[in-house]
Amino acid sequence: MKTDYMKKLILAGTRADGRALDEFREIVVKKGVIKTAEGSAMVTIGQTKVIAGIKMDAATPYPDTPNEGNLIVDSEFVPFANPEFEAGPPSDTSVELSRVVDRGIRECHAIDTEKLVIVPKELVWSVHIDIHTINDDGNLQDAASLAAIAALQDCKIPKYDIGKKQVVKVETFVVSTGKPLPLNDTPVEVTVHKIGPKLFLDPTVEEEEASDAHVTIASTEDGSLCAMQKGGNGAFTIEELVRAAEIAVEKGREVKAAL
Amino acid sequence: MSKEGAPEKLIIHGKRLDGRKLDEFRPMKAEVGVIPQSKGSATFSFGETKAIAGVQGPGPMHPKGLQEPTRTKLRCHYFMAPFATSERGRPGRSRRSTEISKVIGEALSNVIFLEDYPKTALDIFMEILQANASTRCAALNAASMALAEAGIPMRDLVSSLSVGKADGEIVMDVAGAEDNFGDVDMAVATVGGGDAFVLLQMDGVITQSEFKVMLEMAKNGCAEVYQRQKEALMKRYTAEVSE
Amino acid sequence: MEKKSELLVRERQLVAPGDVVARGLEFLPGAGSYRKNSDIRSKLLGLVRLKDRIVGVTPLSGVYVPKPGDGIIGTVSDMQSTFWIFDINSPYDALLQLGEATAEYVDISKTDISVYFDIGDVVYAKILNVSRSKNVTLTMNDYRAKKLIGGRLMKVTSSKVPRIIGKEGSMIELIKKYTGCHIVVGQNGMVWLKGSNEALAAKTVLMIEREAHITGLTDRVTAMLKSEGTPEPETAKEGGDENE
Repeated sequence: MKTDYMKKLILAGTRADGRALDEFREIVVKKGVIKTAEGSAMVTIGQTKVIAGIKMDAATPYPDTPNEGNLIVDSEFVPFANPEFEAGPPSDTSVELSRVVDRGIRECHAIDTEKLVIVPKELVWSVHIDIHTINDDGNLQDAASLAAIAALQDCKIPKYDIGKKQVVKVETFVVSTGKPLPLNDTPVEVTVHKIGPKLFLDPTVEEEEASDAHVTIASTEDGSLCAMQKGGNGAFTIEELVRAAEIAVEKGREVKAAL
Repeated sequence: MSKEGAPEKLIIHGKRLDGRKLDEFRPMKAEVGVIPQSKGSATFSFGETKAIAGVQGPGPMHPKGLQEPTRTKLRCHYFMAPFATSERGRPGRSRRSTEISKVIGEALSNVIFLEDYPKTALDIFMEILQANASTRCAALNAASMALAEAGIPMRDLVSSLSVGKADGEIVMDVAGAEDNFGDVDMAVATVGGGDAFVLLQMDGVITQSEFKVMLEMAKNGCAEVYQRQKEALMKRYTAEVSE
Repeated sequence: MEKKSELLVRERQLVAPGDVVARGLEFLPGAGSYRKNSDIRSKLLGLVRLKDRIVGVTPLSGVYVPKPGDGIIGTVSDMQSTFWIFDINSPYDALLQLGEATAEYVDISKTDISVYFDIGDVVYAKILNVSRSKNVTLTMNDYRAKKLIGGRLMKVTSSKVPRIIGKEGSMIELIKKYTGCHIVVGQNGMVWLKGSNEALAAKTVLMIEREAHITGLTDRVTAMLKSEGTPEPETAKEGGDENE
């Protein structure tokens, strides 16, 4: 019943909290919230809250990119964030979320991975981003992606002892070089939802349940599109997809302003 | 950024490395009724990429607590056989196969009349036997036909393929070197060869106007795939007609 | 201006999901088809079935979905003190309450109902009711209902059952004539055979299932039965005919 009510509102061009269809809730970004991480950020969009933490370590490069650093993105839907979340291995939604955040960063080469080499062809920096959901009130994807980018901007490269083959630590704390990660771009993900022919952004958890389909679109500083993922059981026409891309780029700039 | 082993050019004089024109498909093959023990099965190939799909159900859903009271529970299982790639792959689930199973399931949920079989489970198993790009597209094409053969009621078939960008040119049906070293890969699926997109995944960097061109090319490509799927389904039962 | 209504297919034409079978509001969707705007489209890979203005499609494969009134053959898979659970070759099980199995008064504190039907028994019964959430109940309150003893049981695609029975039972009669078998066919695709040449009867049933969509089937079946079976002498028929 709640779902039908949400659908009715959106189809009439209105929302339960009075926002416009293309309006985001208040976005707050706090960087450096986790002292034990090399980079971290907490992002709240309305009541949705996620934390991203980055750990860096030396690792062997992947065979097809021997002179580039590694990027790994994982996400954890912690059960306290939403009564629907269950303990255990990542759900397919959680897997999808982390992979889409990953592609948004990777495809536009947001991290200049060629500058993360320690010993060519042998040892490179691996950047491991972990995204944890703290509270789910809808739009985890956009919040997660923003948190990952903010954490990357906050991240400082650790000191590495080549002789001992390990990151330098004092007691349990990693010693930092103070140098930021080499970043080329600031991609931002905006997920566009639809109910009937109406497109809308930043749904609450109830609006998300009512949504027919959605498409997450990542865009770069210069307005190009660098990753896309459609989800949900509904369908989009070409016209709707083109319009969604326009909205994602336009609103992406506003979202980025919060960084 | 150049990867190890990348060829100098992917497109030479308007032709791709395998001789195809920019908007040309690899040869497609579709066959229905390939697994005698299964009530619905099919294979679909784009050139060397080959997928096989089999349907099980609808059958009783266990555990009962997970039953959906008004519809069947659709479960899609996409796997890559270990021998499908040049280097042996690890058998079983991976994060990639989990994600692909999810998007394929969502695409099919758009067309299947799920409410016709409440409280049951409907399983579709798809395996990639040979991989050379567009694997999820081949799997989805095979799954659509397998569901039809199994007598599962659907609004229409779902047809899928990938378009991409190589050396700055937009190309149909990405394969081989284009998949590994090209700039963009966009997998799509539409319903009944029309304008309803039920699957869309893109990685790479494109402009908004390139996006529109790629969508139009993909829509036309899916319409051709749809024809092939229909032909294969018709052939399954008319080959035996003796008149 | 309203478009003229148009039928685009013939009876028993092979269609696939999404195929437009009729245009215009004069035609109505039947089982296996649906309306999209002013078109009627097939939901299934199957054969068109026309009845007046109703354009339906019969699938060539698929599971049996129970319908009230259907005569079915089921096997007892479990029981409690006052009812039996039947496997009816469907994703849904069926329940037979004691009260629908016998008109006698049964004192369940003294009687174990397995004296009526035990696990593994094969029974022809009628579907009494199918609730919206697909709870299926059976009844023996029908002249055709009875326990089927001995013989053998086969499974076929339920949508092929009309072909196996034939017009007014003609196909069944044909098989009975040449195989000396008693044959009972359930709408749920279960077929029970008992008699002198069960193997030939089974072979014929499978042939019909395989070739139900091809024309000239009756002739081919007749030819095969004539060459491999022995016609029964014409005698007065006994007993009820379940498949009228």
